[in-house]
Amino acid sequence: MSTTNSSLAAVIDRSEHRGVFSRLMSYQTFWVFLAAILACLALTVMTDTFATERNLFNVSRNFAFVGIIALGMTAVIASGGIDLSVGSTVVLSAMTVAVLMSAGFPAWIGIPAALLVSCLVGLVNGVLIAYARMPPFVVTLGMLSVARSLAMVLSNNKMIYEFGPDHVFLLALGGGSTLGLPNPLIVLAALVMMTGFLFKWTRWGQHLFALGGNEQAAKLTGIAVGPLKVSVYVFSALMAGITGVLEVGWLGGVTTNLGQAMELSVIAAAVIGGANLAGGVGTAFGAVVGALLIEVIRNSLILLGISTFWQGAFVGTFIVVAVAFDRFRNANA
Amino acid sequence: MSALKLANISKHFGAIQALNDVSLDIAEGQVIGLMGDNGAGKSTLVKVIAGNFPPTMGEMFIAGQKADFHRPLDAQRAGIEVVYQDLAICNNLSAASNVFLGRELTRQFGPLRVIDYAAMRARSAELFARLKSETRPRDLVKHMSGGQRQAVAIARTLLSDAKIVLMDEPTAAISVRQVAEVLNLIRFLRDQGIAVVLISHRMPDVFEVADNIAVLRRGRLVANKRASESSPEEVTGLITGAIEAA
Repeated sequence: MSTTNSSLAAVIDRSEHRGVFSRLMSYQTFWVFLAAILACLALTVMTDTFATERNLFNVSRNFAFVGIIALGMTAVIASGGIDLSVGSTVVLSAMTVAVLMSAGFPAWIGIPAALLVSCLVGLVNGVLIAYARMPPFVVTLGMLSVARSLAMVLSNNKMIYEFGPDHVFLLALGGGSTLGLPNPLIVLAALVMMTGFLFKWTRWGQHLFALGGNEQAAKLTGIAVGPLKVSVYVFSALMAGITGVLEVGWLGGVTTNLGQAMELSVIAAAVIGGANLAGGVGTAFGAVVGALLIEVIRNSLILLGISTFWQGAFVGTFIVVAVAFDRFRNANA
Repeated sequence: MSALKLANISKHFGAIQALNDVSLDIAEGQVIGLMGDNGAGKSTLVKVIAGNFPPTMGEMFIAGQKADFHRPLDAQRAGIEVVYQDLAICNNLSAASNVFLGRELTRQFGPLRVIDYAAMRARSAELFARLKSETRPRDLVKHMSGGQRQAVAIARTLLSDAKIVLMDEPTAAISVRQVAEVLNLIRFLRDQGIAVVLISHRMPDVFEVADNIAVLRRGRLVANKRASESSPEEVTGLITGAIEAA
């Protein structure tokens, strides 16, 4: 009797767990993915410009930029913070690589220098948040202004479109494609897998989600909360820095308004992809799916001839709807 | 044998004297109920023992050895575990992840160290079975009852082979049936030879499991006597100051 009981319990355990698990993992991400696919299908039918190779190439590249930063943003949001400075980090990184390379430095100096500067931005954010205990919102809002201003100082607010000896390489890096796929998309794919792995299989990921779930608990169980927070903001800034370098190549030139208001699209992508602004929840794949949906919608507005002035309204509404959706679901659970 | 001995522990925060010359001796397998009003210094005392901050004055001995803790990890290594009431649990993680939080098991995967979820689940299942709890390792803590959550918190202490367990209000805000479960868990720890410091406001719970009752008032230890020789009325008097000392 007891053996039947225990095997029954085991079966219930497995089936219940499977239910909970698959629901949690796929619910929002799945529906958002479905919505993105439906939007693509609708656009293919409604316009004859969407499914052209050229447009898809553009869409996938744009989406890759938002997606890469959204990976970093998901880490920050899952840890219970927010990073408003990513758009400015993009332009600072882009400007660093542009200024150095136009001054004649090779790419192997310019690109690492840009990534290093980005990491420094994240380091400052992280240290102020973790050790000076300032709210992430305030710190990164300040950095949003500071980093863009530094990019202006660095370039004297001029456009840069000559990149010295490695000019062709830099343009190919962000603007070219490999095996028919735009390079930024390939970088995104690699970073999604890396981030997904970090989240699920490393102590860093586990501690990050613990921090977002209950900071007090993370502290009490002996997790080094300070260094962990710093690392999260450095990770986010590094993702923005990578995007900055790639965007230079894609655009072929840098101006200081690059990445303006990008933080909004990125936060929207992360939140639509299931990251919970209260912390503790989020996935790498979700961030990408969220970025995909946003980019498809953005593209559809252009293709359908709707004024681009509407874009902000759509992205903003999306954030609010995604958060409302989350609230509603939690209230039901 | 003495598991934990506090000798003349004092702790000041600026002008505030949180603990004043507290001496206490706890034996292996002894349950001591630590009582006192809000602000009497209970939490401060727990934090000193747990290594959250060093005492301003006084010494601490673990199993006769002088202890000098600079951070919680030092205390953990010396065999001290704290069960914080609900505070140290992450709702968004599974029971197994919570049991192993901060000391996850890993295995080598090529050049990388990855978390060994299978081993963590298997070990947690063993611990829950020992605790006779129906907690399932894979379930998210957010879906659990108060008793199951306490089992998760207590499983952490078994994991580390603790010698001294400090419990901060384990029976606050849970149902009557779950209180009985938690008290059983405390008896289980005691039977393993673990010294338990139980901090609680709930008089009946303390009298049910504690061997000794210690009372703090305004940072001073005003009583430390056998539970069988005291009464709830006396302890209430000691807490409020109606009885000076016992």
